[in-house]
Amino acid sequence: MTSESGRQNEVVLAVEDLTVQFPSEDGVVKAVRGVSYELRRGEVLGIVGESGSGKSVTSLAVMGLLPKTARITGSAKVLGRELLGLSDSQISQVRGNKIAMIFQDPLTSLSPVYTVGYQLAEAVLAHRDVSKDDAWARAVELLDIVGIPNPAQRANSYPHELSGGMRQRIVIAIAMANSPDVIIADEPTTALDVTVQAQVMEALQNAREETGAAMVLITHDLGVIAGHVDRVCVMYAGKLVEDGSVDDVFYTPRMPYTLGLLGSLPRLDATRSHRLTPILGTPPSLVNLPSGCPFSPRCPIAQSICVEEEPELESVGGIHHAACHFHEKLIGAEPIDLFPPTIIDAELIEAFEEAPSDT
Amino acid sequence: MTLETETPSTAPATEPVVSAQNLVKHFPVRAKGFLRRKVGDVHAVCGVSLDLKPRRTLGLVGESGCGKSTTARLILGLIPVTSGEVHYGGQNLVELSRADMQPIRRDLQIVFQDPYASLDPRMTVSSLIAEPLQIHGLFGDGGKERVRELLKTVGLNPEHGNRYPHEFSGGQRQRIGVARALALNPKVLLLDEPVSALDVSIRAGVINLLENLQEELGLTYMFVSHDLSVIRHIAHDLAVMYLGKIVEVGTAAQVFAAPSHPYTQALISAIPLPDPKKERARRRVMLTGDVPSPINPPSGCRFRTRCPKFANELSDAERDRCINEIPRLELQNDGHRAACHYAQAVDLLTIDTP
Repeated sequence: MTSESGRQNEVVLAVEDLTVQFPSEDGVVKAVRGVSYELRRGEVLGIVGESGSGKSVTSLAVMGLLPKTARITGSAKVLGRELLGLSDSQISQVRGNKIAMIFQDPLTSLSPVYTVGYQLAEAVLAHRDVSKDDAWARAVELLDIVGIPNPAQRANSYPHELSGGMRQRIVIAIAMANSPDVIIADEPTTALDVTVQAQVMEALQNAREETGAAMVLITHDLGVIAGHVDRVCVMYAGKLVEDGSVDDVFYTPRMPYTLGLLGSLPRLDATRSHRLTPILGTPPSLVNLPSGCPFSPRCPIAQSICVEEEPELESVGGIHHAACHFHEKLIGAEPIDLFPPTIIDAELIEAFEEAPSDT
Repeated sequence: MTLETETPSTAPATEPVVSAQNLVKHFPVRAKGFLRRKVGDVHAVCGVSLDLKPRRTLGLVGESGCGKSTTARLILGLIPVTSGEVHYGGQNLVELSRADMQPIRRDLQIVFQDPYASLDPRMTVSSLIAEPLQIHGLFGDGGKERVRELLKTVGLNPEHGNRYPHEFSGGQRQRIGVARALALNPKVLLLDEPVSALDVSIRAGVINLLENLQEELGLTYMFVSHDLSVIRHIAHDLAVMYLGKIVEVGTAAQVFAAPSHPYTQALISAIPLPDPKKERARRRVMLTGDVPSPINPPSGCRFRTRCPKFANELSDAERDRCINEIPRLELQNDGHRAACHYAQAVDLLTIDTP
C-alpha cells in the first residue's frame, strides 16, 4: 500500500448510503441501493461488478453527471465538502479541480473540433488564473507526463488523428491537469487492445504519482483490479456485497458471488484441464428485485433466510466485509465446491446425437 | 467418449480437416472523387497458412485489425480471396462455384461475435434455428423435434422456442447462435469472438458449453479471439497474428511455455492475471506505439516498429536484417514455429510469489 506519511489517513472522498433511482415506464429502477465507501489520500480503490450492477451510476452520481430525472439520496463528500445537491455552477468549481473523471470511450470525451492542446489548456484555464501561453506550456508538459511522443507537436493534433490509446492518454492528461485529489476512472481500458491497455494503465500510474491523487478504478476486469488497486469493492444489483484489501477478496472471498466470479474467469496461469465454474442464471432486474438477498436466485448455498432477509455488509475480519448470511461457510471454499462446472446433461447430448440426422 | 484433458506436448500427426494455404486478402482503398480511383490496398491478410486438426481447437489470436476475423471469413468463402487455397474434403474451396459450395457449407459453420446483430429480431427462436434446416431442405417431418433437441443441447428451455431474440439475455442469445450453427451437424465450427460481448459469469457458461459440445460431438473448432486467457483455456493449438501475418504457431502448451516471438511475449505479459501476488511479481514485456497502418506496412519484419528487442537489444547490423528481410516461420527447439530473426524463448508464466 502507498505509504505517505502525515496526511496518509485523510479521507478524500466519502460516499455514504448513496441511493439512485430512475423512474421508468416499467417502474422505478433501483440502480444504486445504499452504497458507502471511503477513499483515503493516495489510495486506489477498485470497484468491480458486471454490467448493470450500478458501479458506473455510483460514480456519475458523485460527479453530478446524472440526468435530472434521477432521484439521488445519501451523501458524497470530497475533502469534507458535500457534492450532492450542489447547483451546476457550484459543482463545476469542484469538478476537474478536486475530483476528475476518465470515461471508457475517449472519442466521446474529447471534442472533435478543437486540437488536444487547446482542450488541455482549456481545462487548465478553467480553474487557474494563468496566461494562455502558460496554460499551453502546461498542456505540453502534461502530454509528456502521460507518455505522448513529441508532445509539443502532438498538442496541435485533433483527436481523430490519434489512436485510441493516445486519445485515452489525452483524457488522462486532462483529468490530471489541475492536480485533483480524486480521479475516478470508469473502465478506462475496456475499449483498448491489451498491449495498449498496459501502456494506458502505466500512464494512469504516472498521473497518480505526479499528482498524488487517490483513485477509484471501476472495471469489470478482475485482472486489471488485481494488479492496480489496494482495496476492492464488489458490487451486485446496486449494492456492495464484499469489500476488503485486494488480497482478502482474491484469496479468501467470503461472498458466493465473488467466489463464483473468480471461478468463472479463464486464467492464463491455469492449464486447459482447469474447469470454469459459471454462475447459473442472470443478474436480477433492477425494477423487480427478488426479496431478500438479490443473489439468492443464483446462489448455490441459499437457504430460506436468504429469501426473507437481505444480509448487510458485516466484518469478517479486519477491513474485510461481506454481505452473506453464510459467509462462515465459505472459509477455505474453492469455486468448484459451490458451483457445478458443467451446464448441460450428458443425457441431453446423447439424445441429440441420436436425433434424426440429415442422411 | 474419451475426454481429452491435457494438451499433448507434440502435435499428433493427423491429417488436417481444413487446411488453408497462403491466404492473401487485399481490400482496395479508393479515392473520394467521382471515378473512385484505386489509391492503394489494405493488406489485411498476407500469406496465412493454417491447419485445423480433427477434434481440436485452433486459437487464432491477435489485436484488432490484425486480420484474424478476415482469415476466418476467407476460409468459409464469405469474402473472396485475393489468392491462396482452402482445402477441405479433398477439394479446393476457393475454386468452387456457389452451387458446388452449398453442400459443403453444411459442414463448415460460423458463430459471430455479436449475438444481438446476428439474429433477425422479427423471427422466433424456433424459426431462427429451423432456418438453416429449411435452406438445406432437411426440415421435413423431424424438423420441429430437431429444433427442440438443439435448444436443449445448448442449455435452453425448448418451451421458449416461440419467443423472440430480444426476450433473451446476451449469453442465451449466443447459445441460440450456437444452436443455429449446430443445426446441420457441422464438422467444423468457426467461432469469431463468440464470448467477447458477454459478462464474466455468463461467458464461462458459454465456454463450457462449447467445450462440452466439442468433446461429445467430435467437432473441430477455430476460435478467433483477442483474449489470450480465453484461448489458453479452450485451444489445443495456437496461432498468433500481427498485421496480417502469423508470427508464432504451435500447440498451445508450446507457445505458452516458451513464447519466442517478442509480440507473443508482449501479448502474454499484457494479459492481467486475477491474482494480486502474481500480478505484482510478474515480468513484463512492454510495447511502445501503436499498430502501423495495414495500407503501408513496414518493410522486413512488420513488428519492428514496436519491437522492444529491435529498440533495445539489437545492434545496427542486426537491425538491418529486421528492416530488409521478411522473417519466416522458423522451427524452434521444442518444435513450434516463430517468425523472428532473433527468436528466443522466454518463460513468462512461471511466477515466483514472495
